[in-house]
Amino acid sequence: MGLPPYATTGQRIWYYAFRVICGLIFFFLIAPILIIIPLSFNAEDFFTFTPAMLSLSPEGYSMKHYEDFFTNNDWQQALWNSVTIAPMATLLSVGFGTLAAIGLSQPHVPFRRAIMAILISPMIVPLIISAAGMFFFYSRIGLQGTYWGVVLAHAALGIPFVIITVTATLVGFDRSLTRAAANLGADPVTTFFRVQMPLILPGVISGGLFAFITSFDEVVVVLFVGSAGQKTLPWQMFTGLREQISPTILAVATILVAISIVLLATIEVLRRRSERLRGMSPT
Amino acid sequence: MSFIQRVRHLISLYAVEIRSFFVLAAPRAWTTDWGDHVPKDSETGDFVVFERVQKSYDGEILVVKDLNLSIGKGEFLTMLGPSGSGKTTCLMMLAGFETATHGEILLDGNPINNIPPHKRGIGMVFQNYALFPHMTVAENLAFPLEVRKIGKSDREAKVKRALDMVQMGDFGGRRPAQLSGGQQQRVALARALVFEPELVLMDEPLGALDKQLREHMQFEITNLAHDLGITTVYVTHDQTEALTMSDRVAVFDDGRIQQLAPPDVLYEEPENSFVAQFIGENNTLSGTVETIEGGACTVKLASGDIIDAKPVNVTKPGEKTLVSIRPERVEFNKDRLQAGAHTLKAEVLEFIYMGDIFRTRLRVAGREDFVVKTRNAPDQVRLKPGEQIEIGWLPEDCRALDA
Repeated sequence: MGLPPYATTGQRIWYYAFRVICGLIFFFLIAPILIIIPLSFNAEDFFTFTPAMLSLSPEGYSMKHYEDFFTNNDWQQALWNSVTIAPMATLLSVGFGTLAAIGLSQPHVPFRRAIMAILISPMIVPLIISAAGMFFFYSRIGLQGTYWGVVLAHAALGIPFVIITVTATLVGFDRSLTRAAANLGADPVTTFFRVQMPLILPGVISGGLFAFITSFDEVVVVLFVGSAGQKTLPWQMFTGLREQISPTILAVATILVAISIVLLATIEVLRRRSERLRGMSPT
Repeated sequence: MSFIQRVRHLISLYAVEIRSFFVLAAPRAWTTDWGDHVPKDSETGDFVVFERVQKSYDGEILVVKDLNLSIGKGEFLTMLGPSGSGKTTCLMMLAGFETATHGEILLDGNPINNIPPHKRGIGMVFQNYALFPHMTVAENLAFPLEVRKIGKSDREAKVKRALDMVQMGDFGGRRPAQLSGGQQQRVALARALVFEPELVLMDEPLGALDKQLREHMQFEITNLAHDLGITTVYVTHDQTEALTMSDRVAVFDDGRIQQLAPPDVLYEEPENSFVAQFIGENNTLSGTVETIEGGACTVKLASGDIIDAKPVNVTKPGEKTLVSIRPERVEFNKDRLQAGAHTLKAEVLEFIYMGDIFRTRLRVAGREDFVVKTRNAPDQVRLKPGEQIEIGWLPEDCRALDA
């Protein structure tokens, strides 16, 4: 969209000012994330750019923080904890969230909005409040400080994402498709797996990815609900920041950013695929 | 009476109960076997029967009121009516997506109220086609065969035959989104027929197509239905579609069938004023019955004029009536009227040239919407606005209906 030939001086100024503002917003959003990437290759144990790094000499850079991450026991335990907790939490979120979304999209469900609001509340309520609540509740029933406690807590945080994305896909879902499937002789279970599931799958997967990222990045709830045995990556980073200030954190952060980018790219690809399938744009 | 005779007698006494028990309990193929030994409605030609069916969504307002309808095997029946008349609800009850509040629906003599939609084996073409967007055309057609556990080679042969039947043989590998509306319509039709159902339901299947394609598809669907000998229940609000396609038309209004008749009878002999108004164009004049004897009556209009009419649902003088005359049956050439026929004065208000016909709007008996249609023949008179004429009709063309 270029500038029309009849634009006034004011419009011209605004046109360029708008671009500058947008650029600044992007810069403030992205710069902190980008800056850690070169820093994580720092050859020294500092959080700043050394003169060697600035002169781009190879001696200024090294993989030692990555090595530290992959060899240090604390970090490896934290990685293992994250890798075992996040997928299980994701699985639970996806299962319950998808069922809830399908149930809530039926027209005859009473108190739909109220139920929806309650299920989504973990996303809206300040995390520290959910975390404190979960701490007291889980201690009472003996889940505090256990693997399943953390998994359940993270699943509760992930469910809103799944509900929202699956509900969004269901809005475009044509109910006559399930009727058609029934009419063609498919029982309800076959109809669900052969017709409904494939069509809402992009929503389910992107919701699942969000749930995964939530669990993988989450630090507040796990601090409350978990114990030393469930120390996840973000928790380890948090303690690392307070206690030993090592650029290994930067290496981990870079890895996490890379994982997030890959996952978000997957979401985007899936979204496009679903739109194409629903005939929103020609292939 | 021998023991066996007694058993037979007992069975025949409780035939309906025994049958409905097995219909509910047994798979379909088995019940069809049973059907051969027990007398059933289909022997009288009633393939689909609605018996005193009522439907209410909220428990108060009846959407379908006391519906009785029987459809013969191989018949093409259209349910025609304005939106909200209950026609689609009836179709949905037949397909099993709605349950009847009262009454019974029988398919081939078996009550189907308690059979879920996926066990009814009825084909259906949906209004928006409802093709599965994530499957190709061939996969869409194979779906009903797969769920019926039909072998792969048999399946492929049936899919191919069904696609060829609707001239879509080359499109098996495409996705529905890559097809035009008309092509999607054909695929939907093929999918409803591919598992060889004996009954096919169609819910306004041509509504989304343009006029030319619609007319073409009307012709194709009727031919296909008759060639395959399937029973078709077709729902539409388009009366032209109903008239051109059907063996019989059921006109719905207010949850009831107003008239059930073949298209020509429906058009020429409407039984009440709703049907007369709904099917085709109609001139209506209101008045009271003056005299009535035999198959003829005279009606006094509000303007004081007397006209000849045929009593349809009026019985005695003094009754209020709405008379209806088709625009093409109005005559303004006095020579063609019966001797002594009553005529009405009319003033020409508008003359519209429509190519094959002329459409003339008249002021008659105080009404300004009286229309006369005349064929564009070489000797046809072209009336001019302002002309004063006299119009009349054959008494049997003017039907005195309920007011």
